[in-house]
Amino acid sequence: MGGFLVIDHVSKSFGSLRAVDDVCLEVGPGEAFSLLGPSGCGKTTLLRMIAGFERPDSGRILVAGQDISHLPPEQRPVNTVFQNYALFPHLSVWENIAFGLRMSGRPRDEIRGGVDRMLELVRLSEHAKKRPAQLSGGQKQRVAIARALVNRPQVLLLDEPLAALDLKLRQHMLMELNTLHEQVGTTFIYVTHDQGEAMSLSDRIAVMNAGKVEQVDGPEALYETPRSSFVATFIGDANFFTGTAVEHQHEGYVRVMVDGLGSPLVLSNGAVGSNQTLKLMVRPEKISLTLNRPPSGERVNAFPGTVEDIAYFGSHTRYRVRIGEHRVIAQLQRSRFSGGGIEPPRGADVWMSFHPDEARVVRLEDAA
Amino acid sequence: MRRSWFPALLTAVVIAFLFAPLVVLVTNSFNASRFGGEWEGFTWNWYEKLWAADEVWESVWVTLKIALSASLASMALGTLAAYALHRFRSWLQSVHSVLITLPLVMPDILMGMSLLALFILSGIETGLLTIWIAHVTFCLSFVTMVVLGRLQDFDFTLIDAARDLGATRKQAVIKVLLPLLLPGVLAGGLLAFTLSIDDYVITFFVSGPGTTTLPLRVASMMKTSRSLPVINALSTLLIASTFLLAALSFRLQRRA
Repeated sequence: MGGFLVIDHVSKSFGSLRAVDDVCLEVGPGEAFSLLGPSGCGKTTLLRMIAGFERPDSGRILVAGQDISHLPPEQRPVNTVFQNYALFPHLSVWENIAFGLRMSGRPRDEIRGGVDRMLELVRLSEHAKKRPAQLSGGQKQRVAIARALVNRPQVLLLDEPLAALDLKLRQHMLMELNTLHEQVGTTFIYVTHDQGEAMSLSDRIAVMNAGKVEQVDGPEALYETPRSSFVATFIGDANFFTGTAVEHQHEGYVRVMVDGLGSPLVLSNGAVGSNQTLKLMVRPEKISLTLNRPPSGERVNAFPGTVEDIAYFGSHTRYRVRIGEHRVIAQLQRSRFSGGGIEPPRGADVWMSFHPDEARVVRLEDAA
Repeated sequence: MRRSWFPALLTAVVIAFLFAPLVVLVTNSFNASRFGGEWEGFTWNWYEKLWAADEVWESVWVTLKIALSASLASMALGTLAAYALHRFRSWLQSVHSVLITLPLVMPDILMGMSLLALFILSGIETGLLTIWIAHVTFCLSFVTMVVLGRLQDFDFTLIDAARDLGATRKQAVIKVLLPLLLPGVLAGGLLAFTLSIDDYVITFFVSGPGTTTLPLRVASMMKTSRSLPVINALSTLLIASTFLLAALSFRLQRRA
């Protein structure tokens, strides 16, 4: 499948800063795709280049096979939902939505039909005559989306669409956006720094860092098999261990000597050479804590430690456990019915354990 | 807590200080006494005299012509200047910024003299045109400052949004920037209008024969005590129209 939106070796510098550094991406038609990264990672610059507000220094941007890199914003088949919505304060909701159709000189009937249909889609028909200042944050955003979608763009860009909303509304709009995407079927490109938002909104996510794309994958793959420690920490929480592969076992299991952990750790990854230095990652919720040593076996990693700190979050509890020279974060679901479940107090001696499948290699280095 | 009488007293004193002269003036315009020393009964006499004073109405006409054309020109130029000052940063704009603010702080007498010197040097005969040029020169500064204030509040993402929705650069300016700046431009224009009507010092230098503006006319009338009550009547009309304009300008600013 050829990409519908293709970012082809695009770079952009501001002075000496390489904001976007040789980025290549392919987004399929109708896909919901996120550009995720911390502020300053280049995601907004990339978005502005797709919209046409910035010109790339090198590389091309294609939509449906057409090179749009050098078109001005008004000629691109792309519309944007701005972070602060950027609604025209001197126009009514209806006129805001009609703006794009009027600019392209559509006949009066078509404009009326299009705007009314959009108002219905975002359920704002009864607010058509209001000014933006009279709307709530969520309503403003729906106007911004309608104003963009009414032009039937081939790609819809959404810049931090939920950042300006409060928590409750954000969760609600998350659902709305997903429904809307299903209804209109346009390619949606989200830009966000919020991993939760990106995970629940998109089919695929490009994680960006310092102008480069670190990894492009579906939400689950990004979470379960991050390819770099940056991705592992940016998406969710992670415990890291650095060690050296010492011994290959049957069925692809590898024993790894981890610095400062005492005993070796077992990992189920066949693609590791002997004497290779590696960085491992274990998610906090994959770790179990027990008062007694779990039944020993080759395929359980178990280490004794001491609970240093406990934080209660309602649906789950987080423990910081000191194991050798490491401090490990474990996250336990609070379930009244789990027979073996424990709630160890601070200072308790516990066993931390996890299955070899749950340890992921995030970085390989050749042995010196 | 006992309420202090001091703020109320202060307010009363300030109001008295500001408005007592106006009250005296307005009262005297209806006073039958020529010198206004004491009340000698109500009269419309001075207003009738004013109505008959053709040279006064001629001056009013000259003043209005200049004020209207000067404020329109300074609205256009001032808006352009403010846009340039806001959007571009260069040494040229720094110089521009100083030049624009200069008339605000420069003594009127200096400006009047230098303008006159310039007109004489370049052989332009003083008259309507020179007054108009002089008025545009100082009105421009005020309009620019007011519009610049509006521009600083303007969210330029709106221009991005307009272009994203298919507007060309020109359309974005016409459909989005100008409508949102308009209240500021109008407020600046009203300010320019009142300043132009009011100006004496600069106009004194650059006016020529047959172009006596209202302030110049009033000043020359002051020389003969005979027409003093007529000036009172004229001033009363001026006060009334000034209040109207101020109220209008206030409404515009509020809507902005």
